[in-house]
Amino acid sequence: MEDVSLSVRPGAIQAIIGPNGAGKTTLFHLVTGFLTPQAGRIVFAGQEIQGRPPHAIAALGIARTFQLVQLFDHMTVLENAMVGRHRLSRAGLLSGALRFPWTRTEEKAIREEALEALEFVGLADRAQQPAAALPLGLKRLLEIARGYASRPTLLLLDEPASGLDAGETDRLREMILALREQGITVLLVEHDMALTMEVAEEIAVLNYGRLIAEGPPRAIQKHPEVIAAYLGTDWQA
Amino acid sequence: MNPGWLFNRWSLFAAAVLVLAASLQGDYYFSLLNFIGIHALLVVGLNLLMGYGGQISLGHAAFFGLGAYTSAILTATYGVNPWLALVAGLLLSGSTAFLLGVPALKLRGYYLAMATLGFGIIVYIVLNEAQALTGGPSGLAGIPSLALGPVLLNTPRRLYLFIWTTLGVVLALSANLVDSRLGRALRALHDSEAAAQSLAVDTFALKLKVFIWSALYASLAGSLYAHTLNFIAPSSFTFMFSIKLVTMVLLGGMASIWGSLLGAGVLTVLPELLTAFHDYEVVIFGAILMAVMIFLPRGLIRGLLDLWEFRRYKREGGSIPV
Repeated sequence: MEDVSLSVRPGAIQAIIGPNGAGKTTLFHLVTGFLTPQAGRIVFAGQEIQGRPPHAIAALGIARTFQLVQLFDHMTVLENAMVGRHRLSRAGLLSGALRFPWTRTEEKAIREEALEALEFVGLADRAQQPAAALPLGLKRLLEIARGYASRPTLLLLDEPASGLDAGETDRLREMILALREQGITVLLVEHDMALTMEVAEEIAVLNYGRLIAEGPPRAIQKHPEVIAAYLGTDWQA
Repeated sequence: MNPGWLFNRWSLFAAAVLVLAASLQGDYYFSLLNFIGIHALLVVGLNLLMGYGGQISLGHAAFFGLGAYTSAILTATYGVNPWLALVAGLLLSGSTAFLLGVPALKLRGYYLAMATLGFGIIVYIVLNEAQALTGGPSGLAGIPSLALGPVLLNTPRRLYLFIWTTLGVVLALSANLVDSRLGRALRALHDSEAAAQSLAVDTFALKLKVFIWSALYASLAGSLYAHTLNFIAPSSFTFMFSIKLVTMVLLGGMASIWGSLLGAGVLTVLPELLTAFHDYEVVIFGAILMAVMIFLPRGLIRGLLDLWEFRRYKREGGSIPV
């Protein structure tokens, strides 16, 4: 990546698009701490977060989904969502083993909040099913529910529509809009142009690791460099 | 503790322990059960590390030995109270696990396996060579028995009740742990470390904590072992024993608390039944390890259940669900 300067408006839905290999997922890895930038700063809620480990960044209120769904396959749907509550709970090794009264109260709260997150995405009736048994569309929703359960300030969605059919994509679109209604800032990487144009208020376009355009959907659709990037310079608009 | 679970497997467990205490005749069976109990303690700890945490320790015999020798040396040579010596053993094993785990777990891959492998060998060599302290290859005798107030735990039957009560408590704590916030975080880490990290799970710290926890179980088992036999020797704390422990975990089923008990039971009793094949013990254990990994990779219980389900589907003419 080179010379990428981006700012995300709180409470908005913003998208990052670009051809394959443009660096969109790399950007996500940088923001969430899975990669460290060689130069530059990443500022979140007034703090510089570049170079911090992923779990520390997540603890600040940034949640994400992954391009290839990373569910906890050996756990149930509910348990996946319960792990989402990790940053908002305290029980440690000893309290977990000894089950103090406060620990049991906390467990109950974790379970209830996790169930609420499942209800938000419409998976509450599948709470006891093994996560691995879900079809892909529902797996993506579960990943969102898991991130939502952590009450993030910022939620990064990495190609959530990938592999989904039209019905599932509709459900996803509703979910993204509902997230914004909850006051969560959404940053979206997507290839599905229809979905992106429908939900995003602001779009940033990457190509070969550089930022080539930034603006509302209308402007991006007509931007010559964006069209060139996707379709090649010989294409006539 | 929550009284709700009193009327299920825990009460069955307690009942079984008491029934055996009342009905078995002769020291031999109680001694055998004592070894099963001590091995089960080791296996449960190792299972938390391997089955849930996804790490491998090839040197758990070393923590077993540290616990045993700390208890032995402090009580036999220095007359320290056995309970204090036991705690000292826990502190030693815990801090050693910490020192070993910090560098080993920071790296990706199987570095903990290699570090524990080396550590196990080093401890074994030290136990043999530091003769003034440990008594060398001939071992350390004259270890006093544990006492609960006025009651001296110097018969197999009394030791059996104590060891199996301790085991019961440890099993309960472990089962609690698996179902707790960190237990879930651990299982999550095992399935997808990246996703766990993205949910604020400090995976390094968690792996380290589980490693130390499993070392503490092993140390406890070691101390109990020393006070059961009243004699210990380095030959009980070899690399082969570490492998046996791993085999017990695999046989009983990774990530299964009760499977740990089964694995410990089967592989403690088996050498007793096969005393004729004692010379081939290493080969037999190796063969069992291979057979389990090939045919029953999820352990004995789940393997047999899977087999039964498979045959049921074939009989009903159905297809195997993936």
